[in-house]
Amino acid sequence: MAKNPKYYESLNIDYKPPRGSWMDRPIDIKSGIYCYPARPQVLKSVGMNDRSDWGKYWVIEDEDWELPDDWKERFLAKMRDMLDKYRTFKIYMDICVRCGACADKCHYFLGSGDPMNMPVMRAELLRSIYRGEFTKTGKMLGRLVGARKLTKKALRQLWYYMFQCSECRRCSTFCPYGIDTAEITIMGREIMNELGMNIAWIQESVSKCIHTGNHLGLQPQAYKECVEAMLMDIEDNVGIIIEPTFNRKGAEILFVTPSGDVFADPGIFTLAGYLMLFEHLGLDYTWSTYASEGGDFGYFTANEMAKRMNGKIYAEAKRLGVKWILGGECGHMWRVLNQYMTTWHGPIDFLEEPVSPITGTKFENAKAHKMVHIMEFTADLIKNNKLKLDPSRNDHLKVTYHDSCNPARGMGLFEEPRYVIKSVCNHFYEMPENTIREQTYCCGSGSGLNASENMELRLRGGFPRQNALRYVRDKYGVNMLACICAIDRAALPPAAQYWNPDVGVTGVTELVANALIMEGEGPRTHNIRGFEIATWEPEP
Amino acid sequence: MGVKVSLGVSLGAVLAIVAVALVGGGVASLQPVFGIIVPYAAFVIFLVGFVYRVVDWGRSPVPYRIPTTCGQQKSLPWIKHDKIENPSSTLGVIGRMILEVFAFRSLFRHTKAEMASGNIVYGASKWIWLGALVFHYSFLVIAVRHLRLFLEPVPFLINGLDLVDGMFQIGAPTLYLTDLLLIGALSYLLARRLIVPKMRYISLANDYFPLFLILGIGISGVLMRFFIRVDIVSVKELTMGLATLHPVMPEGIGAIFFVHVALVSTLFAYFPFSKLMHAGGVFLSPGRNLSNTSRAKMHVNPWEYPVKIHPYEEYENEFREKMKNAGIPVERE
Repeated sequence: MAKNPKYYESLNIDYKPPRGSWMDRPIDIKSGIYCYPARPQVLKSVGMNDRSDWGKYWVIEDEDWELPDDWKERFLAKMRDMLDKYRTFKIYMDICVRCGACADKCHYFLGSGDPMNMPVMRAELLRSIYRGEFTKTGKMLGRLVGARKLTKKALRQLWYYMFQCSECRRCSTFCPYGIDTAEITIMGREIMNELGMNIAWIQESVSKCIHTGNHLGLQPQAYKECVEAMLMDIEDNVGIIIEPTFNRKGAEILFVTPSGDVFADPGIFTLAGYLMLFEHLGLDYTWSTYASEGGDFGYFTANEMAKRMNGKIYAEAKRLGVKWILGGECGHMWRVLNQYMTTWHGPIDFLEEPVSPITGTKFENAKAHKMVHIMEFTADLIKNNKLKLDPSRNDHLKVTYHDSCNPARGMGLFEEPRYVIKSVCNHFYEMPENTIREQTYCCGSGSGLNASENMELRLRGGFPRQNALRYVRDKYGVNMLACICAIDRAALPPAAQYWNPDVGVTGVTELVANALIMEGEGPRTHNIRGFEIATWEPEP
Repeated sequence: MGVKVSLGVSLGAVLAIVAVALVGGGVASLQPVFGIIVPYAAFVIFLVGFVYRVVDWGRSPVPYRIPTTCGQQKSLPWIKHDKIENPSSTLGVIGRMILEVFAFRSLFRHTKAEMASGNIVYGASKWIWLGALVFHYSFLVIAVRHLRLFLEPVPFLINGLDLVDGMFQIGAPTLYLTDLLLIGALSYLLARRLIVPKMRYISLANDYFPLFLILGIGISGVLMRFFIRVDIVSVKELTMGLATLHPVMPEGIGAIFFVHVALVSTLFAYFPFSKLMHAGGVFLSPGRNLSNTSRAKMHVNPWEYPVKIHPYEEYENEFREKMKNAGIPVERE
C-alpha cells in the first residue's frame, strides 16, 4: 500500500493546474491511486474477454502495456457500437462547451488537485479520442480541435482515470446540459472491458456473485451462518429470539440486501436491524442464499454483466413464488434497481404490485418494478404509527445523514430516510447544504473502487465528505454518521477514522432497531452493538 | 495545444476571414460572392448540418431511463414530491426543460470550491450563470431585431423590441443595450477562460474561436452603425432579395458590411460541426429530459436482449449437500 498522506493539512492540495496542454504531459501512474488489474482466469471463469490469449502479465506501471495486435480495432469497434446504442454517449461526446461548471465538483479532484480529475477532463480523455477517430473535423484538424488518435498512451491515461471516477453524478447536477460523467465512465469502462482491462476488486466480486450469489463468495450455509451470527447478539442485547427463514417458498416477500451487511462491521448491525424490524412486524418474508447480493458489481464492468447479476433477484422471486421484493439499504444497487432493472427484465408480471402487509399502503411508485426500498417501507410504517419507538435510546448519538450518492441522484430518496432518522433520534443535524441531498458527495470508494491498494485515492476522494462531517462534528458534536449504502458502511469508517476519528458510521435501520420497542423484549440496557444505553432506567 | 497556439489560431482565423471579406467586399465583381453566394451556402450548411446532427443523435436510442434526479422522488403521498427537479410526468419534464433552457437552472447551482486552511469552502458564484445568460439573451434579441431586414412590413413586435432595446438612447443613432451587453458578456467569457487557471487548462481552440467570431460579429456590427456607416437602404434591398429568393446586389454597400456578413456566415456554417450544437443537444440530453418513472412504468429498450443468468438449478447442484446440512430447503433431495 502506498504511503497515506498524514494529515489533511499536509495534503497540499493545489487546485491550480499546471501550465501547458494536458496532451503533452506524461502520465504519472501512481501506486496508491490505481487498483490491481483483473486476473485473466477470473475473467475467463465468467465468460468475459480476458487477456490470456496474449498471455503476458499486465503490469500497470509499465510504460508499454502489452496489447494484442488488433487492440485498436477492438476498442474502436466497441466504441462505435456504444455510440450507436446510447444516445447519452453520442450527445455527451458532442455538446460539452467546457464551461467549467463541473471542474470543482468532483470529490477526487477536490481531494487530490489532479487536474485530470476535473470531470470535464475525465470526459475529454475519451472525447479527444472520439473526435480524432470518429469526426471529420477531428481527423482533419487534429490537436487544434482537441482531437487525438487512440494510442497506447491515450489508453493508459483513460484506464487510469476511468478508475478514479466513482460514478456518483455530482458533476452532472451542475452541468447545464445534464452531461453525466458517470455515463461516460460507464461507457469507457465497458469499452476497455472489451480488452480485458478491468480491475481485480470488481472482477473478483463479479465472479463470486455469479457462482455463490454474493460478492463475498459465501456459500449458502456460510451465508446463513453469517445472518444467524447476529441472532445471538440480538438475543443478548434485546432478549428476543428470532428465527429467520432462507430460500422459503411461499413467503410473501423476498428480502434482498447487499451482502456486505452480513459480514462486516458496522453493516452487520444494520442487518440486525432488519431482523428485528421484520420480527417485530411478523413479516412473512424470506432471505435467499441464491439472490444474496443486492449490489451489482457487473454494473462496473459492462451492461450485459450488470444484467446477468441483477437477473437473479427476479429469478429467485419467481422461483420462490413471493408477491414482491423488499430491498435493503444500498447505493448503486438502488440506482440499478430504479433506473435499469425493469427495462432489463420487464414486464414483471409474475409478481404483484407491492402492498405493505402492515399498513395496506400501495407503493404505486413501484408498481411495475415490484421492489420497495426499505426506507420507503419503514417511513410508511412510522407514519401509520405501526412502530412503537423510544428515540431517547439513541440520545447518546448526535446524528448527521450522508445522502448516499446513488439513491440521491439516481432516484431522489431524500425525505424518507430523514423522516425515519428524525423519528428514531432526538439529535439530528444536517451537514452544509453544498454537501447533502442532490449535492451530496460520494464516500470516496464507490463504483468498485473500495479496494485496499488504492487507499490513497479513497482517502483523498473521501476528504470532501469528511470535511463536511468535521464541520458538524465541531459545531454540534456530531458523533454518528448515518447512511443507506453498504459501500458507505465499508468506506466511511476508514475515512472517518482518518479524518474524524471520533465519529461512527451506522445504517439507518440500526437506529430504527435500537429505538424500536419490541413485544416481549427484555430490559434494553444495551444497544445492538453491545454498548450500554445511557438513558436506560430500570422500571420502578 | 498550448493556450498561445489555441488563441493565436482562433484569433488568426477570425482576422483572416475579416481580411478576405474586407478585400473581396471592396471589389465590385466579387460582391455577389460575399453578399449572396456565401450567405446562402452558409445558411444551407447550417440547416442541413443542424438537422443531420439532430437526426443522427436521434438514431441512437435511449435504452435506459437515467435522469439525474435533483429533488425528492415521487413515492409516498405524504412526502412532498419535487415535480420539477425529479419529474414523474411529461409536464414536470417540460417544466424542468424550460428552467434549464430559458433560465440555465443547473448553471445557477454553480458554486466555487476553494481550500482555506484545510477546509473546503463553498462560495456562491453566479457570475458564469449571469455571463452566459446575458450573452445568450442579448444574442437572441439582436438576432430577432435583425429580422426587420428580412421582413417587409416590419412586424409590430420587432419594432417594439427595437424600441425597448434602444431605450437608453445615447445620441443618434440609437445605442442598443444588447450590443453592449453582448460584447461585455463575451469579453467576460473570454477573460474567464484566459485568467482562471482551471479554465485555461480545459479550453481548446474550439472554445476560443466561437468567442472571437461572435465578438467579431458584434464589433463589426457596432462599427457599421456608429463609425463606418453603410447605406442601410441598399442593405435592406440585399437582405430582402435574399429573403425572397430573388437576390440582387445593390451598389455602394461599404466593405465593412461584407465583413459582418462573412463572420455571420462563418458562424452559421461552423455551427453544426462544433460545440455550438449544445443548442440542439440540451433538448435531447437524457440526463435532463426524462421522467424518473422507471419503477412505476416499464421503459422499453429497443435493443434489449436476453442474457445468461446463472441458473438456480446449477447453484443447487453445486451446493445441494451443504444446503441440506444447513437446513436450507432444496428443490431436489
